[in-house]
Amino acid sequence: MSIKTVGVVGSGTMGAGIAIVAARAGFRTIVYDSHADALERARGQTEGFFAKSVERGKLTQAEVAAIMGGLSATTDIAGLAACDIVIEAVFEDLAVKHAVCAELDRVCPPHTIFASNTSTLSITEIAAGSGRDDRFVGMHFCLPAQLMKLVEMSPGLRTSEDTFQSAWGFCKAMGQIPVKTKDNPGFILNYFLVPFNNDAIRLVEAGVADPADIDRAVKTGLGYPMGPLELLDLVGLDTHLLVAEALYAATHEARAAPPPLVKRMIAAGQLGRKTAQGFYTHRKNAMFGG
Amino acid sequence: MFYEVIDTGESRSFPGPHALLEKAEKAGEAVVIIGGSVGKALQTLDGAERRTAILIELGTENLGAHTGEARGAESSNVLGFARFRLGTAPPTALVELVREPHTSGAALAAAKEIFEAAGLQVAICGDFDGRILDRLVRPYYNAALRRLDEGLASAEDLDTTLRLGLGYPEGPISLLTRTGLEHHYDVTRALYEALGDPAYAPARRARVAKQRSKT
Repeated sequence: MSIKTVGVVGSGTMGAGIAIVAARAGFRTIVYDSHADALERARGQTEGFFAKSVERGKLTQAEVAAIMGGLSATTDIAGLAACDIVIEAVFEDLAVKHAVCAELDRVCPPHTIFASNTSTLSITEIAAGSGRDDRFVGMHFCLPAQLMKLVEMSPGLRTSEDTFQSAWGFCKAMGQIPVKTKDNPGFILNYFLVPFNNDAIRLVEAGVADPADIDRAVKTGLGYPMGPLELLDLVGLDTHLLVAEALYAATHEARAAPPPLVKRMIAAGQLGRKTAQGFYTHRKNAMFGG
Repeated sequence: MFYEVIDTGESRSFPGPHALLEKAEKAGEAVVIIGGSVGKALQTLDGAERRTAILIELGTENLGAHTGEARGAESSNVLGFARFRLGTAPPTALVELVREPHTSGAALAAAKEIFEAAGLQVAICGDFDGRILDRLVRPYYNAALRRLDEGLASAEDLDTTLRLGLGYPEGPISLLTRTGLEHHYDVTRALYEALGDPAYAPARRARVAKQRSKT
């Protein structure tokens, strides 16, 4: 199936990033969000991102104009009716995703593929509420989507091979690098990352070492670009809690369970960069790249 | 900081020439003891109490095994250390420096100065099994090996995902294969015995590698 028009549901950090990826690759891209102010904010962030791309010589002004010309926004879900694929990037809640997919199924033609950017929920379970579980696929982009090439692609139990291959080809056509994973809680990235980060928090809790020493050890000894506690401050402990709770609920694996320190820090307003205090003290928050 | 080095035999932290060894003096206010018999060397060290710092290389054992323990009030001038390395890979630039609850600031500062002057990076930790990195990374490696068995993804896709998604220099399957799965078995078995946490129980592939290494 030929994919020309892409819909993105949700204009938060992930949705805005995915829309940038699709539009930048030349796909006509329509972003839907029920909140006009969210669309406005995403538009501003997107323009800022492309302005930086021009400054850094990655794109010309004319190229950006063409990209922005192919990128539109709507607060009416019916505006996605012409899409060949729709990627949802809404809140990580099965009921919310089912409601969105049911609406999409009402407005989109039969050939439209639905994709979910979920990081923790089951593709099969989301697909079950979509009205088209054979044309449903997992496409988990990494944060920040506009910079990261990797996409975890997962078929649900009823996803057709045609659907998976079409979505796989579309992913590559966007310039991304797809990897195939089973429909497993957390897929690959979060399945490994969330417990690893929890373990790092447990080292702090147990007094094994201070955050800066743990991060220095990981960066120097393992060559990772960021220490786990720096990363948690970037992601936000509130976000980490949600993902860890979802992963734990799905797996019941002890390492997935958020350590008590997470809730204590959240209660104290120490969420990370977004509150300027987490495992470290920070000064500002900004969108990455350009 | 003048320091001397006492070499007691095969060292995993300093298996060959290194700036730390080259900068050593015949005598010094600090002592670095490396090799496989550091405990004996520590017991027979002259004027140990007068040294600013005594740095002893650790294997998988605790620092307390050499210094003794005193109800959470340990405060000797002896610190443990180990350069982190995976299996057959060379030692990294990371030194995990093990302190006691009341190790003096002077001893810590001396230890950091000695290692950093030799181009090493220091991460300070308490006297816990696995220190920082083995304690942190071994359950992740075990999980990767287990999930490979269960067909979550191919070894290549697992490694690619963790490299591209998180910026890791090498995926876990490739890394463990390159550095020796049997060594992962040795470390995890020791940690599992110490901690009793199933997350450290050696993964099947590591156990198989260990079995094969004996044949």
